[in-house]
Amino acid sequence: MGNFAANEGLSVFVILVWLGINAFLFVQFYMAFLVERWFYTRVLLGQALSWARAPAACLNFNCMLILLPVCRNLLTLLRGSIQCCSRTAARQLDRNLTFHKLVAYMIAFHTAVHIVAHLFNFEYFMDAQLNRNSSLLPFILSEIGTGDNASFLNPIRSNETNPTIVMFTTIAGLTGVAITLALILIITSSMEVIRRSYFEVFWYTHHLFVIFFIGLVFHGFGRIVRGQTAASLKTNIPDVCADQFEDWGTNGSNCAVPEFAGNPPMTWKWVVGPMILYVCERLVRIYRSHQKVVITKVVMHPSKTLELQMKRKGFHMEVGQYVFIQCPSVSRLEWHPFTLTSAPEEDYFSAHIRIVGDWTQALYEACVGDKTEPQEAWKLPRLAIDGPFGTASEDVFRYEVVMLVGAGIGVTPFASILKSVWYKRIQNNQDVFTKKIYFYWLCPETEAFEWFADLLQSLEGQMTEKGMTDFLSYNIYLTRWKETEAAHFRVHHEAENDPITGLKQKTLYGKPNWDNEFTNIESKHPGTKAGVFLCGPPALGKSLEKQCLSHSEADVKFIFNKENF
Amino acid sequence: MGKIEWAMWANEQALASGLILLTGGIVGVAGQFRGWQFAAYAVAAGVFVCLLEYPRSKRSKGTSVERSGQYCFTVCVKAFGPLTRNYYVRAFLHAAICVPGGFMLATVLGCVCLGIASLIYLVAAIRGEHWEPILPRKEVRKPITESIKNPPQNPPPRPPAEIRRKRVDDLEGAAYDNPISVTDNE
Repeated sequence: MGNFAANEGLSVFVILVWLGINAFLFVQFYMAFLVERWFYTRVLLGQALSWARAPAACLNFNCMLILLPVCRNLLTLLRGSIQCCSRTAARQLDRNLTFHKLVAYMIAFHTAVHIVAHLFNFEYFMDAQLNRNSSLLPFILSEIGTGDNASFLNPIRSNETNPTIVMFTTIAGLTGVAITLALILIITSSMEVIRRSYFEVFWYTHHLFVIFFIGLVFHGFGRIVRGQTAASLKTNIPDVCADQFEDWGTNGSNCAVPEFAGNPPMTWKWVVGPMILYVCERLVRIYRSHQKVVITKVVMHPSKTLELQMKRKGFHMEVGQYVFIQCPSVSRLEWHPFTLTSAPEEDYFSAHIRIVGDWTQALYEACVGDKTEPQEAWKLPRLAIDGPFGTASEDVFRYEVVMLVGAGIGVTPFASILKSVWYKRIQNNQDVFTKKIYFYWLCPETEAFEWFADLLQSLEGQMTEKGMTDFLSYNIYLTRWKETEAAHFRVHHEAENDPITGLKQKTLYGKPNWDNEFTNIESKHPGTKAGVFLCGPPALGKSLEKQCLSHSEADVKFIFNKENF
Repeated sequence: MGKIEWAMWANEQALASGLILLTGGIVGVAGQFRGWQFAAYAVAAGVFVCLLEYPRSKRSKGTSVERSGQYCFTVCVKAFGPLTRNYYVRAFLHAAICVPGGFMLATVLGCVCLGIASLIYLVAAIRGEHWEPILPRKEVRKPITESIKNPPQNPPPRPPAEIRRKRVDDLEGAAYDNPISVTDNE
C-alpha cells in the first residue's frame, strides 16, 4: 500500500482536488441563483435555471483547464524547473494527456447537463408566452419590456414562434449549437480506434476546437439569462410584491413594475489566459520549425525502420527525449512525435522511424524512395523539428537500480540511454549514480534486432574490455517465431554466440516471467529505490504496474514510469 | 488521407447520434414538452440507430477491434444481407430517420449529428466500402496424415517384475531377450 502512495499518490491527489473544485463551483453557482434577484426568473423557470447555470460555471473552469496540458513547451519548461525540487511532481506532468482526456469527459458531461436544463428553460419560456391569461404571473412577467425591448425578462418575445426558431435566432442559441456540434465531432474522431488507425482524421478534426473556443466566448454576449436589476429590487420586493402582480405600477400600490437585465459575459475572463498561452505555444512551435534542420545521414534498416540523422544549430537534448518532426513536402499541417535514439554526447541527433502509415510511408519515399545509389544531400527533403520535449526517461540516472523494458519499436528511448551510459561510463569514466541496469527487450520478429543488436554488440565488447560486465544485464525475448526458425534455433543452441543477435547473451523465447524477475532484483538490491521504465503497449504496462505494486515491500520500492504516445 | 476507412468514423458518429437522439427524446417525453410525439419517435429512432450501429464492421486492412458483446448484434445485422451491407442504404436511411427530429428543439441536436453521420457514410459508400461482420475465426485443423497410425491400445508385453529389476551386482546376467518381438505391426 505504501508503494501505491509513492506511485499514484500525487495523481490521486490532483484528481481529487480537481473534482473538488468542480463540485464546489457547481454547488456555489447553483445556490447563487436561488437568491432574491432571480426570484421572478425562477417563477418562470423553477429549478431548471440553477441546473443550467451550475454546469455553465463548471464548463468555464474546465475549458480553462483543457488547453493547458497540451502546451508541450510550457510543460517541458515547468518540468525542468520542478525537477530540482521534486521528482514525483515532475512525473505528474508526464500524465498530461490523461488529464486532458479527463477534462474533456467532464466538459462533455457538463455540456449534457447544461443542454438538458436549457431544453426545459426554453419550454418553460415558451409556455409563459403561450398561456396568455392576465391572471397568470408568468404571462404578466413575459409581457414586461415589450415597449422598450430592454428591461424584459422572457427572451422569447412573442407567441408566434417556437423554441427551435428562437434557438436559431439568438446568439446564445446559434453559438450553442455550433460549439456542441464541434464538441461532438471532436469526441467521435478522438475515439481510440480512430486515433490509432487514422491519426490524420483525429488531428484535423481536433482543430475544430478553434470554433469551439470562439463560440464559447461569444455564447454569453446575448445576455439572455436575466435577473432583476438592483434599482428595481428597491421598488419591487419579490417576497412582498409577487402576489400583488395584478396591481403593479398602478396608483396606490407600492410595487412598481420590475425591470430586468442580463449578466455581462463571464466566460472570456476564464479562458483568455489559456488561449493566450496556447497561441504562444503554437508560435514557439512555428519559430522552431523555421530553424534549419539538415539531414546528415539516412539509413534504411530491416523491419521497415528508417533512421534519420540530423543536425540543427543550437539543438540540445537529454536522454530519452522526443521531438516532433514535420516534413512540409509530405504534409504542411502534420507533426508526428518520435523518440530520439542518439545520446546527448553525439554531435548529431537521430530518430528511428517505423513505416506504418500514410505519413511515414511518404517520408520514406521522399528520403529514400527506390534509389539504390547514394542520394545527393540537396535532394533530401527539408524537415522541421519541434522540441526536444522531456518525458519519463530523463529520470533514469536518478535511480540507483534501473529496470528498462521496451517492446518492439518501444526500445528507442532506451537506445538513447544505453548510448549515453556508454559515453559517460566508458569514454569519460564519469561516476554515474546508477549502479545497475536491467534491460529487457521484447520483440516479435528477428529482423528488428539488427540496428539495436549492433549497439548492444559494441556495448558488450567495450564492457568486457573494461571489465565492467556486471553493470548492464540485458535480456532479449523473442515473442513470436515460425517453425522453420525454431528448428534453426534448436540446432544452434549450443553455439557460443546467439544465432539471432550474435551476442554472447542468449536470446530467450516467449515472454518473461515478471514475478521471477522482480523477485530476483528485489533480493539482489535490498533497501533501494528501483526505477522501472516501460515503453510499450498498455497491457504490458498494466502487468508491470501490478508487479511494481506487489513487489514493493519494506525495503525495496519499485517506481513505475510509463512512456506512451 | 489515403488509407482511411471513413465508415469507421461514420460508425462512431452515428452511434453517438443515436444516443443523443435517444436522450433528447427521453427529455422531451419525460418533460411532456410540446411536440412530445416527435420526442417519442426520437426514442424509438435512437434505439434503432444504436442497435444498427453497435456492431463494428470488419476492417478491410488491419485488425478489427470489436465492441464488447457485439456478437449477437452482428448476427442480427448480418441477417438483413445487402440492406445493411451497403453503405448507400445506410446513408439514405440515416438521412431519412433524422428528419423528424428537426421539428422539436429537444431532438434537433440528434437530428443534425445523425445528418453528419449520414454524410460520412455517403463518402464511405462512394469510396466503395461495405459492412463486413466480425465473426469468430473457425480453427482449421490440419487433417491427420496417413503416416500416423492408431496409437497402441495395450502396453507392450514385458516379463514379470523380478526379472526386470536391475541387478547391479550381476549386469551380465541381468540382460535378457524379449520373448515377443517389439517391432512395428507389418
